[in-house]
Amino acid sequence: MSTLEPVPSSERVPTMQRILDNTFLLLFLGVTIPTVLYILWGVMELVSIPLAK
Amino acid sequence: MTAETVIGAVGKQAEFRTCQYTGLKVDVAAQTLIKANAVAAVVFLLIGGLLGLSVALTRWPAVHLLPAEWFYLALTGHGANVLLFWIIFFEIAVLYFASAVLLNCRIAAPKFAWLGFILMIVGALLTNYAVLQGDSSVMFTSYPPMQAAPNFYLGLILFAVGALIGCVIFFATLVIAKEERTYEGSVPLVTFGAITAAIIAVFTIASGAVILIPTWLWSLGLISNIDPLMYKLVWWAMGHSTQQINVSAHVSIWYLTAALLLGAKPLSEKVSRTAFFMYILFLQLASAHHLLAEPGLDSSWKIVNTSYMMYLAVLGSMVHGLTVPGAIEAAQRKNGYTKGVFEWLRKAPWGNPAFSGMFLSLVMFGFIGGISGVVLGTEQLNVLMHNTLYVPGHFHGTVVTGTTLAFMGGTYLVLPLIFQREIIWPKLAKLQPYLFGIGAAGISLFMMGAGTLGVPRRHWDITFSDAPIAFAHSAGAFLMMGLNGISAILAALGGAIYVIVVVGTVLFGKKIVGGHKLTFPLHSGGGAAVSHYGSEGAVKLPGTIILITIFFVSFVLYYFINWKYLSELWLFH
Amino acid sequence: MAVFPPKERIWWNEPIERVELIWIGVAFLWGLFMFGFMITWHFIGQQNLNKEAYRIAPSVYETKVEEFAKKYQVREEQGVPVVKPPAGADVYILGRLWQWWPVLELEKGTSYRIHLSTIDWMHGFSLQPVNINISAYPGYEHVFTLTPTESGEFGIVCNEFCGIGHHTMTGKIYVKDQKQAEVNQRLVAER
Ligand code: HEM
Ligand SMILES: [Cu+2]
Ligand SMILES: [Cu+2]
Repeated sequence: MSTLEPVPSSERVPTMQRILDNTFLLLFLGVTIPTVLYILWGVMELVSIPLAK
Repeated sequence: MTAETVIGAVGKQAEFRTCQYTGLKVDVAAQTLIKANAVAAVVFLLIGGLLGLSVALTRWPAVHLLPAEWFYLALTGHGANVLLFWIIFFEIAVLYFASAVLLNCRIAAPKFAWLGFILMIVGALLTNYAVLQGDSSVMFTSYPPMQAAPNFYLGLILFAVGALIGCVIFFATLVIAKEERTYEGSVPLVTFGAITAAIIAVFTIASGAVILIPTWLWSLGLISNIDPLMYKLVWWAMGHSTQQINVSAHVSIWYLTAALLLGAKPLSEKVSRTAFFMYILFLQLASAHHLLAEPGLDSSWKIVNTSYMMYLAVLGSMVHGLTVPGAIEAAQRKNGYTKGVFEWLRKAPWGNPAFSGMFLSLVMFGFIGGISGVVLGTEQLNVLMHNTLYVPGHFHGTVVTGTTLAFMGGTYLVLPLIFQREIIWPKLAKLQPYLFGIGAAGISLFMMGAGTLGVPRRHWDITFSDAPIAFAHSAGAFLMMGLNGISAILAALGGAIYVIVVVGTVLFGKKIVGGHKLTFPLHSGGGAAVSHYGSEGAVKLPGTIILITIFFVSFVLYYFINWKYLSELWLFH
Repeated sequence: MAVFPPKERIWWNEPIERVELIWIGVAFLWGLFMFGFMITWHFIGQQNLNKEAYRIAPSVYETKVEEFAKKYQVREEQGVPVVKPPAGADVYILGRLWQWWPVLELEKGTSYRIHLSTIDWMHGFSLQPVNINISAYPGYEHVFTLTPTESGEFGIVCNEFCGIGHHTMTGKIYVKDQKQAEVNQRLVAER
């Protein structure tokens, strides 16, 4: 098992690491980005196809 | 609010055993669930593999095994059983392993997990039943307005709900592990990869629900119309994203195998995790690969999505393509294989099917599946190969030589570590990844070749003998289909050996007891080897640099060859 | 090891291997290049699929195609009209179970506005052996400009599964080289 080295309490965990350690934030990003860029944008493209003249 | 109040007090008194090889604490309930899911996966691989062989033999013009109706039925069954059922059952096993086992934690709500398992089984059987009845030969993509029997869609929906439960259990287990402090700091890299897979799975399953539930209602006559273009757009949010679950899962298995067998550690945690982060953000956009030859979608939408946002997710894969062999090289050099550029690779445990499966998967996923995928997914180049056999050629490179082979290799770790059985017929097992790998590489390459020559996918007769307006493909195309058939036999043989070894081991393998030496040993220092920062600064990696350079040159050349080919086409705009 | 938590609590500040750094740079730039090249091809390339499309009832589309075929029909082949539209004309192609209809006769080097749709299921327009592949949908009329650059006899096969007759679904396009034909005629006349 890994034994952790003691972390000086003054040392802050960097923001990027905190983001990567935050599973539910990642879940939110991983669902939102494709929903907006792929699905919503794509559906908007399709519904704006005009009727044939 | 604690995890307990959210998840309920189920399984509080979990029962653990300690793994004698890795020192990990294994929840017995999780272990049983992993076993059940892995066994189900193998059964569906067997069914789907046999169907795949029959499809390939039918597409071999000289053999032309099945009549047309049976061919289309078998092809529908092949797609559903291997792509969905085999892969996803195995992935649920991976999720439980990466959460409960790697985090030394009890699994959340095992009863609920069993409910998910049963739903998946019922769903898979129902869909297979609908396919076998013969009125659902719509291919696993089931594009409307072509309609399958309601049970076909219902089965898929049930299966998806079951898989979603698996994901929920996974996330809940992560929460418990954190609360009960079963690990310290950040989760292991392999678990982080599994988190990536599970996140993509949530998006995948949600998209599947959005499109399959209305389609099911439509097949019951409750909805009058499903727009085919809209269906295809949303369906691929599920269909392609499943492939991205696979990528995340098999990359995790690469890291896992390298760690367990060689004591390899990522070159740097930061880089490998950021690569997975790119997957989480952008990999799923590639669903647009399937809509590049469609009307009505703007090029800006196509380009942003098909490029995974400026190829940032491809960047992720290319990084793993460096860090996995890099980590192996670093570990091997530390293990003493320092001569020349490639001693580390030559003296790697090639006789261990877990390693050979993993390494072949790594190489072939990159060279065959990866490069062809980027080319196929380039907005303009797609028109050269859209819906030709090139497409199945490409994804057999990803999902067969990549994912399936990695999972097969991983199985040779699961059998001793989770099933606690000694692998029977180790000689056969040794051979298996090579046989399957060569066969699978063959079907990928020859189908890509045939597609380049214009042969359509999902097609019973490329002589067009019953067509009123005659057409025939070139002799080269026929040759490709023949070579594809031969490769299919090799792959099927490799697949059959896999199934036999797994089933034989599960049923008859010698029970592993204390002090047991494994036939295929793990890295001896497995439990202890930890350094400060990954392998950073330890050694130079000339072998990996050469491998990655060869890869890059092939990639660039192949990319431009296709542009050249495109520029010679008729003009259209 | 990748199966245990990173030993350093704060791993984000760890240094990165040089080879990793270089590779990330190379891969990133290559990605940017590929991204940019797709955009660039819209300006420098001659092969870009048009997005122009209209919603249309399949029966309406069928009528349009039939009118088109009647207007420019020059002969018949196996019961299928062979249609020779004038240069620059609107050309209609119809996919249905199980044929691409009608047969076309085009001229090399001439641009046509192609309309592509189906009236029943999805079909895959696959021009062979040129290898131009475009999906066709019922209810959507896809319009793009096509310029043949070689003469000869070309097949259209269906590469979207469309039921039990999928493998019998074909069509045909003849491309005539008008200039070459004129040169030949002159040669004959001179002789
Ligand atoms: C014994 C090994 C295998 C053989 C010989 C084989 C062969 C084939 C062939 C010949 C096709 C038909 C291509 C066409 O006509 O369009 C096909 C389709 C396909 N295969 Fe496999 N395959 C094998 C294993 C797998 C595995 C392990 C997976 C997934 C993990 C897979 C996924 C698929 C899918 C998704 C399709 C497309 C089905 C469709 O077009 O609806 N195959 N395979
Ligand atoms: Cu068709
Ligand atoms: Cu068809």
